[in-house]
Amino acid sequence: MNTRLPFALLAVLAAACGGALSESASSGTPERPTQTSATNPGVVPTSTATSGNPAPPSAPNAPNAEGVDVLLCDGKTKANFATGTPGNQIASALMNEWLRKNPDAHWESNERASHGLQPASDNKELVGKASPGQTYGHISEQDVALWKIETERLALAGSRVFHSADELGSTVAVSCDMCHPHAENTHPETYPKFQAQLGRVVLLRDMINWCMQHPVRAEPLSADDPRMRAMEAYIYAQRRGKTLEYGKH
Amino acid sequence: MPRGPFKSVETKYMEEREAALTALGRLDRRAFLKVSLATAGVVAAQGIVNPQSFQPIRVASAAEAGKGEPFRIAYISDSHLYDRTINDRFVNSLMRAVDDVNAMSPAPDFVLYGGDLAQLGQARELDLGAQILKNLKVPVRMMVGEHDWYLDMGEKWRDLFGPPTYSFDHKGVHFVVLNSVVEKDFWTARKLTPMQRMKTVAGLDNGMQSSFTVGDEQRAWLKKDLEKLAPTAPLVVFSHSPLYKLYKPWNFWTDDADEVQAILKRFKNVTVIHGHTHQMLTNRIGNIHFHGMLSTAWPWPYAPQGLPELTVQMSRPDPFDPQDGCGDGQITVHPDGLVDKLYNLWNRNPVNVERSYLASKGTRNKPAASTLTRY
Ligand SMILES: [Fe+2]
Ligand SMILES: [Fe+2]
Repeated sequence: MNTRLPFALLAVLAAACGGALSESASSGTPERPTQTSATNPGVVPTSTATSGNPAPPSAPNAPNAEGVDVLLCDGKTKANFATGTPGNQIASALMNEWLRKNPDAHWESNERASHGLQPASDNKELVGKASPGQTYGHISEQDVALWKIETERLALAGSRVFHSADELGSTVAVSCDMCHPHAENTHPETYPKFQAQLGRVVLLRDMINWCMQHPVRAEPLSADDPRMRAMEAYIYAQRRGKTLEYGKH
Repeated sequence: MPRGPFKSVETKYMEEREAALTALGRLDRRAFLKVSLATAGVVAAQGIVNPQSFQPIRVASAAEAGKGEPFRIAYISDSHLYDRTINDRFVNSLMRAVDDVNAMSPAPDFVLYGGDLAQLGQARELDLGAQILKNLKVPVRMMVGEHDWYLDMGEKWRDLFGPPTYSFDHKGVHFVVLNSVVEKDFWTARKLTPMQRMKTVAGLDNGMQSSFTVGDEQRAWLKKDLEKLAPTAPLVVFSHSPLYKLYKPWNFWTDDADEVQAILKRFKNVTVIHGHTHQMLTNRIGNIHFHGMLSTAWPWPYAPQGLPELTVQMSRPDPFDPQDGCGDGQITVHPDGLVDKLYNLWNRNPVNVERSYLASKGTRNKPAASTLTRY
């Protein structure tokens, strides 16, 4: 056993703990992004904390002749290792077990590889601009990287819903991409506008719901449904660079 | 225009239709006889009349000197059938197309089915399609699409319809049917199941798949098949994908299009009719004239990176009209191998793209442009 174990676990397990589908970055009031970053991957390495003893993760916290129980930060995945098992072996064994139970773990990269995504702005020009005491007081490379990753993650979640009749809840096996590949022909930049067929002014989400009810034959989504938020994100993302022209027909 | 009361798209449409009917009443018998039989057939079948579609094109072309007479074929394409219990909308649309074709008078010589009969290549989808197509009164020539193929690599389709690559002669015109949806293996290395493979290909915007090709084998076959023909022989090629390179991310594209075009180069006139793009699409590359087909299931958007210069855009489909932008059509084949291509857009006026429009590189007989084009 050596002192590198906690770091190995931290690096590998961050993917497992921070990679789940969430909108964590978008909730709450604006915080200093570095704080968000630091709190995001909640790594709780191994201890089941039966005692108050701040023992290193590799130490036998439940003395057992047959080895050590190690618990993954998901609080569920657990395995027993012989005392003296190298930390990297423990880490990869736990990670493999977690991946086996979570076959969808790589959904983000799969979604990106399948359907592509227009990149979010990288905000590189803001890096290093210091103005102490402000919300955007000092912006690091990690900050802008995090903003981009989190924003694209929401859009990717939207892409996944958009391309899946099941996630949309379609009763006729129809998904959005069947008429709108790459979200083409969705023209979000033209909303709000007077929708002649409905006789009223609508937002993009109203048209999403119109499609949900008609071609897709699914239940309409509430405005704050995570699927609605994600799909809006995806559709706007795909029209990056287009001029806003609300009211345009 | 003066401000009037709010009128829905439907109201405006009915008003236009009314105006057209009135205008038709004013045509004298002589003028009426100039009306294209092809157009009239469609028009009568769906109860729409519009003087714009009554251009006396066919009269002019019929008078052309040539070995044979022009003849007419019909097309139906891209029905994307699910099993009836899952989704009956696409099933009903295919039945509507069959009714359209059966209502043509005189009947077409045969019907081309343009591929993507099934949505996920499943036996029950293909069986259902075959069953519906049996209601056609005239023979059908089948072409395969990627949605028919990638579940069982064409096994069921071949069972039902025979080999996907073949040729035949009809009234002095040589017809070739290709399987242009051959993709190189992207599934073995990724250990995809047949259904995962099918669903990957079925996603138009799914970048995990490969590009469509005709492939070495079929190109060799094509070369040999055309060997015996004189350069002046009228030649029509049916392929599911456009046999040129338009937009790769959606496979509006054939990867070996240049090689295929090279084989066709020695002919004076070649017509290529393709499916897959679900839209009005027209192109000309040298001696080769390309025409797309409408889908009965749904229209695809136009490729974001632009369109061939000669394409006459279809009107922007109205999502509130479930069959808008869909339809079927007719092809009048002339003795020189060039065609008049009629897009029978359901619930809209038919649009005829004449051979003279393409032959004159767009300077003559340009079809009326639609007012609402893509975003
Ligand atoms: Fe299709
Ligand atoms: Fe297709």
